[in-house]
Amino acid sequence: MPEAAAAAPLVEPRPPRKLYRSSDGRWLGGVARGLAGHLGLPVIWVRLVFAGLFMADGLGALLYAAFWFFVPLGVGGVSGQKAPSFVTTETSPDGRRRLVARRPDKGQIVALLLMVVVAMVFVGNVNLGTGAKAYLWPAVLVGAGVALVWRQADNARRARWAEVGRRRRTLSLLRAAGGVLLVTAGVSGIFVMQGSAAHLGSVLQAALAVLVGITLLAGPYLVRMTQDLSEERLMRIRAQERAEVAAHVHDSVLHTLTLIQRNAENAGEVRRLARAQERDLRTWLYKPEGTGKDEADEPDTLAEAVRRNAAEVEDKHGVPLEVVIVGDCPLDERIGAQMQAAREAMVNAAKYGGEGGAVQVYAEVEGKTVFVSVRDRGPGFDPDSIPADRMGVRESIIGRMERHGGTARLRAVPGGGTEVELEMERAEKTS
Amino acid sequence: MSDPTEANDTATGERRVRVVLVDDHRMFRTGVQAEIGQTEQTGVEVVGEAADVDQAVTVITATRPEVVLLDVHLPGGGGVEVLRRCAPLMGDAEQPVRFLALSVSDAAEDVIGVIRGGARGYVTKTITGTDLVDSIFRVQDGDAVFSPRLAGFVLDAFASTDAPPVDEDLDRLTQREREVLRLIARGYAYKEIAKQLFISVKTVESHVSAVLRKLQLSNRHELTRWATARRLV
Repeated sequence: MPEAAAAAPLVEPRPPRKLYRSSDGRWLGGVARGLAGHLGLPVIWVRLVFAGLFMADGLGALLYAAFWFFVPLGVGGVSGQKAPSFVTTETSPDGRRRLVARRPDKGQIVALLLMVVVAMVFVGNVNLGTGAKAYLWPAVLVGAGVALVWRQADNARRARWAEVGRRRRTLSLLRAAGGVLLVTAGVSGIFVMQGSAAHLGSVLQAALAVLVGITLLAGPYLVRMTQDLSEERLMRIRAQERAEVAAHVHDSVLHTLTLIQRNAENAGEVRRLARAQERDLRTWLYKPEGTGKDEADEPDTLAEAVRRNAAEVEDKHGVPLEVVIVGDCPLDERIGAQMQAAREAMVNAAKYGGEGGAVQVYAEVEGKTVFVSVRDRGPGFDPDSIPADRMGVRESIIGRMERHGGTARLRAVPGGGTEVELEMERAEKTS
Repeated sequence: MSDPTEANDTATGERRVRVVLVDDHRMFRTGVQAEIGQTEQTGVEVVGEAADVDQAVTVITATRPEVVLLDVHLPGGGGVEVLRRCAPLMGDAEQPVRFLALSVSDAAEDVIGVIRGGARGYVTKTITGTDLVDSIFRVQDGDAVFSPRLAGFVLDAFASTDAPPVDEDLDRLTQREREVLRLIARGYAYKEIAKQLFISVKTVESHVSAVLRKLQLSNRHELTRWATARRLV
C-alpha cells in the first residue's frame, strides 16, 4: 500500500490525547467513530465528510485506508450517548465485569450498501482512460478483500483483550478465506486485463512457485517466532504469579512474623496474630478462585458470612473459633438475621466460654433449612436463669430469630459448656 | 479436638504403641516427637521417621509400626502414594499397620483423598499433644478418628451426590450415621454423642467406622463428581 504509506505523515500528528479507532459501534474500521470521539464531533458528520471526500477522486478512501492502517484499535472515541446501544457490560463467571460489544450488524450492512452506492457514483463520475478503467474493478475487488482481512485482524486483536468472538472461529475463517479469494480474484483480474489471458496459467504457476519458495524460506522463522512469543508469554505469566505470591507473603506473613517477634512476651497477642495470619493464608491458598483480595466487600453467601463473622470475633476476643460448614446458599433477609444472631452467639461463646478451648461453629444447609450451632466448652449456664436485663441472649439471639420466623435453642451440653442452636427456613424463592 | 475417652485415659498408663512419623518438615517431626514421644508418660514410642514417600515405605516396612502419622503433602507423590504402596501392610491380619493423616491442609480433596486411600482418620496439625495421643490409640484399636472438619467434608460429600447411587447400602449414610457425623462436626466428643443420642460409646464408634468404610468403598464416580463440582480436581 504505497499510497497509504505516503499519506502517513498526514495522520501521524500526535496530540496529547492519543487517537484510537473505536471498536465499539463501528461500521467498517472504526475510523470515523474514533475520529468523532477524538474531535468531539457527531459521528455522522465525520462519516459524511469521508463519503464526500470519496467523491473527490477517491481521496476519502485513501485517507480512510491510511487511518485504518496506522491508528491502533482502542476503546477511545465512543461518544457517551451513542455508545450504549451497541455496548453492554456483562459479568462473566469469574466475577469480572467486561465490555461486550454487540455486533452492529445493521450498521455494517448500511455501510456496505453505502459504499457500493458511492463507488458506483464514483465510477460513473470519474473519467479515466479506457485502459485505466479496465483496472478499476480488479482494484475494487482487491480493496474489498484487503478491507475484509484487515477488519478480521481488528477483530482478532479485540478478541485478545475483550475475549469476545471466540465462538465465531468458523465465521472468522470464512471471512479470511473470503478476503483472500477477493484479493486473488482482483490480482488475477489485473493480469487478465493486461491482455495476457493466455499466459494466465504460467503466471499463476510462477506466482505459486514464488509463494511456496517464500513460505519455505520464511516458514521456519515464523514458526520459531510464534513459539518464542508464546513461551515468552508463559514466562511472563509465571513471573507475574511469583511476584504476586512474593507480594502477598511479604505483605502479610512477614509483617505478622515481625509483629510476633515484637510481642513475644504477650502469649495471647501472639496466638491471635498467628491465628489471623493462618486464616488469611489459608483463604488465599485454598480459595478456588480469585486471590482473596476482595475481602472488603459484603459477603453474599452463607459460608462467607459465617467465616467472616467467626474471623472477626476471633480477632476481637482472641479465642479460636473452629468453623465447619456443610453446603452453602445465598443470603436472604432471614438468613441475614440468622447470621447476626449467630454472630452474637459467637461473641457470647468467646466472652464467657472461651476459657475451655476453641469455640465450635457449625453451619449446615439442608434443603430449605439452615442450621447453625455455636458451642463453647466454658462453665455453661442455666438458660432459665438469664436475668431479664441480659439483652444479648434474649433480644439479639432468641428475639431476633423468632421475629424472622426461626427458632433458637440454648442448652447446657452434657460435658460442660453451652450450645446455641439456630434454625431458620430460607425465604421462598419467587421463581 | 475431643476429650479423651475414659477407656483411653486409663489405658495410656499401661499401653504402648509404636509409631512412625512421616512428614517432610524436620522441625515438625521434632516437635511432635517431643510432645508425644515420651514413652513412659504417653505410651507412644516413635520408632522411625521419614521425610518422603520412598523413605516412608522403607521405614514402615522395616519397623512395622502399629500406627503411622502421615502427612498429606509429601515429596514423591504425597500421602496417598504412601498409602497405595503400603496397602498390603494395612490388610495384614497378624499386625496391621494403621494410618492417621496429620495435615496442615484443610483442602477437602487432600483430606478425602487420604481417607479414601485407607487412612483411619484425619487430624489437623493444630491438635494438642494429648488429643493426638488419644487419636493414635483410637486408631490402633481399629477405630476411626474424625475431626469436626473431616466430618463436615464427609457430610458435604455424601449430601450432594444427587445421582442414584450404584449401591444403595454403600452410597447413602443412614439417618443415625448422619446424626453422629453432625455431632462430631459440632465439636462433640464420642462420650457426649453417646449421651446425646442415648446410645453407647461403642455404638458411636461402630457408626463412625461404618461411615469411614462407606467413604473408602463407595463408588468413585460420585465422589469424583463431587470434587469436580467444587473444582477440586
